Amino acid sequence: MSVQNLILIETLCPHYEIEISFFEDLSNHGLITIETIEERQFIHQDDISELEKMIRLYFELNVNLEGIDIVLNLLQKEKEMKEELNMLRNRLKLYEGE
Amino acid sequence: MAFIDYYKVLGIAKTATENEIKKAYRKLARKYHPDVNPGNKDAEKKFKEINEANEVLSNPENRKKYDKYGKDWEHAEEFEKAQQQRKSQSQQYYTEQDGFNDQEFSDYFESMFGGGGSRRGGSVKYKGQDFHASLTLNLKDIYESQQQVLTVNGNKIRLTIPAGVENGQEIKIKGKGGPGMNGGPSGDLFIKFNIENNTQFKRDKANLYAAVDLDLYTSILGGDITVNTFDGKVKLKVKPGTQNETKVKLKGKGFPVYKKEGQFGDLYITYNIKTPTNLTEKEIELFTEIQKLR
Repeated sequence: MSVQNLILIETLCPHYEIEISFFEDLSNHGLITIETIEERQFIHQDDISELEKMIRLYFELNVNLEGIDIVLNLLQKEKEMKEELNMLRNRLKLYEGE
Repeated sequence: MAFIDYYKVLGIAKTATENEIKKAYRKLARKYHPDVNPGNKDAEKKFKEINEANEVLSNPENRKKYDKYGKDWEHAEEFEKAQQQRKSQSQQYYTEQDGFNDQEFSDYFESMFGGGGSRRGGSVKYKGQDFHASLTLNLKDIYESQQQVLTVNGNKIRLTIPAGVENGQEIKIKGKGGPGMNGGPSGDLFIKFNIENNTQFKRDKANLYAAVDLDLYTSILGGDITVNTFDGKVKLKVKPGTQNETKVKLKGKGFPVYKKEGQFGDLYITYNIKTPTNLTEKEIELFTEIQKLR
């Protein structure tokens, strides 16, 4: 597998000032996906934004990993509901003014 | 510059202990943190306020100064020099997050305390703030993909708007947000599309809907009519005995399917049969004759 678009976890630890065990914990809770290539651990660059969100929730709001999972699931549901609401609003326009 | 009651912001008494301040801040921060309120400007504003209140009240020195000069902050000028020195030493505060920058303290705070403190170490690298913008287009504009140049925060961004984008849809342009903090990557730019529709067509995703008037005689006897589609006129055969509100599907004559080049939805035509009015005597006579035949 190509390491293109993957970021080495070792480089992220000093970047965010967090221990490698934090990444392992996130992975064990199914919150991030760690790719292991030739015994080196990576995460995909598209997951960085979500990772940062998790770091903030954990270190700044003291939300534990189970809580982060719940928060992210609820936010995902909220996003889906917003999209559905938007779609329904657009569809409603079909019947307006009839 | 209005006085800000930081105790009120955190919902605590002036006698609150450090622990009570911490507890109140954490509770409110969890409620209003931008990560749990994406796109909510009110929550963002509230979060800034509670952050600022916490920054002052959780620091015994700042709290002392605030309690002493809070309402008469202008008299705190003697502190300014000392604070300026501290300001130059302080590190960049907190993170830049979705849609806002936490460095934006109120003027009141800046005048009292200078720059902010630091939280999880000033050298932490974070992605820059995400920018949110909206773009209003006409339905006709998005029938074909088009290039636009947008100016966001003084930077020109060349943007390809794919045909068939939805009203209210948001697209992300990677790396075009605010610069990262301490060498972190840039944030993203989110553009929300407002699609105005002043055409005769109504739209549901890639399908279009239109009503077409049909005269009584064509509806009874059948015939050829010409109808407007989004990209021109088409000839349509009307079957004899067509009923009012009959729907006809014109396959592939709808709107482009988003990000599927060459694919189009369908156009649904609904016939509105127009009954003739102001009949002449002769017409009434003929209709009566037909009625008798039925």
